[in-house]
Amino acid sequence: MFEATARNHRNRKVEGLFRLLFLWMTCMLILPVALILAVLIVRGGPAISWEFLFTQPMNNMTAGGILPALVGTVWLVVVALIASVPVGVAAALYLSEYAPDNRLTRAINLAIINLAGVPSIVHALFGLGAFVIFFRFGTSILAASLTLAVMTLPVVIVATRESLQTVPLAFREACWNMGATRWQTIRKIVLPNSISGILTGVILEVSRTSGETAPIMFTGAAFFLPFLPQGVLDQTMAMSLHLFVISTQVPDVPEHMPFGVALVLISMVLAMNGISIAFRVYLRGRKKW
Amino acid sequence: MIVPVQAHEASDYAIEVEDLAIRYHGKLALSRVTLQVPSQEIFGIIGPANSGKTSFLRAINRMDLMTAGMEVSGRVRVEGRDVRNWRNPYALRQRIGVVFPLPVGLPLSIYDNVALSARLRGTRKRADLDVIVERCLRRAALWDEVKDRLDSLGSLLSGGQQQRLTIARALSQDPSILLLDEFSIAVDPVTTMRIEEVLAELKSEMTIVLVTNLVQQARRLASRTAFFLTGELVEVTETEAMFEGGAQDPRTTAYVEGKFG
Repeated sequence: MFEATARNHRNRKVEGLFRLLFLWMTCMLILPVALILAVLIVRGGPAISWEFLFTQPMNNMTAGGILPALVGTVWLVVVALIASVPVGVAAALYLSEYAPDNRLTRAINLAIINLAGVPSIVHALFGLGAFVIFFRFGTSILAASLTLAVMTLPVVIVATRESLQTVPLAFREACWNMGATRWQTIRKIVLPNSISGILTGVILEVSRTSGETAPIMFTGAAFFLPFLPQGVLDQTMAMSLHLFVISTQVPDVPEHMPFGVALVLISMVLAMNGISIAFRVYLRGRKKW
Repeated sequence: MIVPVQAHEASDYAIEVEDLAIRYHGKLALSRVTLQVPSQEIFGIIGPANSGKTSFLRAINRMDLMTAGMEVSGRVRVEGRDVRNWRNPYALRQRIGVVFPLPVGLPLSIYDNVALSARLRGTRKRADLDVIVERCLRRAALWDEVKDRLDSLGSLLSGGQQQRLTIARALSQDPSILLLDEFSIAVDPVTTMRIEEVLAELKSEMTIVLVTNLVQQARRLASRTAFFLTGELVEVTETEAMFEGGAQDPRTTAYVEGKFG
């Protein structure tokens, strides 16, 4: 009845070709990730032990563990989150739910895009000038975390705003028509239905923050400290800087140590991403419309 | 049959509109609308798409405040008071229930959908909320279908049920005015008839403005009907007269007879 034309046959062939091409490109994408992980596991794996994770560095950092760096990274990330999440979520709420489309709003949006594009070393120098020197926080966890917070604000804002915008306008209109204020609408409908996206953004920020090196170099991370930080005004060691230091600045470090540090760092990041993915899958399962 | 303003006491009319014009980003969507909606009747609005019917409803409850680029000029009075002089627009909107063309079940449980308005106004007691929820769901002819699953999501009901849910939600506002915007567009005929019965009953308690794409629906329900065409009010006429060839404008007759639109 229906005879396929030569054109139909050609379209089908081209379709198959493009599918293969895209598949191949996607595999290329996975390759570096797989290689990095493989190298780190093979060469850094033997370094990992309880002792490595939970003891101080020794012998000029050529032996011992990474405890101060591990704890320091946790400090930096937590303080950065405390500083950036409230600001970022509030800004996203304003931009998504309140802001009229005027020059100020466009300027703010432009600023966010630019903030995301600023190289991290520039953020580092900004943090040094603003937090360390001007606000007199000194080189401290506080200064370093605030620098990280400024740098990762766009991540939180963009993720939150996108998440807010997945909530259909019709829901908001229905609420407004009942006499709800914008804030009541946000609290009852918009936030509960976008919280998963916001948390995903926060988790992405965590993984980004924990790996950054440049912004903390001048603002709060130390080359070597034989003790754990006691408060936000202390300096601290950090995983990312520690990796840089033992890879390039210290002689006679056994080869497995930098790989071990890198493996721990990337495991932290992957674990965070894993949590974020699991969370999204869980919430997709209870979709509400 | 346009009744002059001030001919009655202000309280006779639920809605009075004088020389209303609506613009979106400077572009005129509706102009020169002057009409009155008497209390406790069903007032029909018919007209083809893009004739300004929905914009008209949005002007009544001041949704221009929530809509970027929407400008309203002229005068709209609700219960005798200029809507711009209401203490605050939220109080005005609480007096006015709105039902949309596509049913909007909020992503809350059925119970919470209907309890939302009361909660926004500060009612917290579960017993009070229970009463409101049951009463409104019963009046919207939905109670029997959902009474055993009030905790399931309102946004997952069928289209016809969701539309009755939105009506129940609108009724929970205890409104004096109910605005319906083509409520039957996504609803099966049987549900449409049930909702029409509900509306006929509600008429004794509140003023209903029924925007409809079905001229026969206006004929079945409305005492008087306005015909909007391409952003203008053509006429307001007693519904029966309009359908019996008594329309003042030949375009109205053509439209209700299905010759265009």
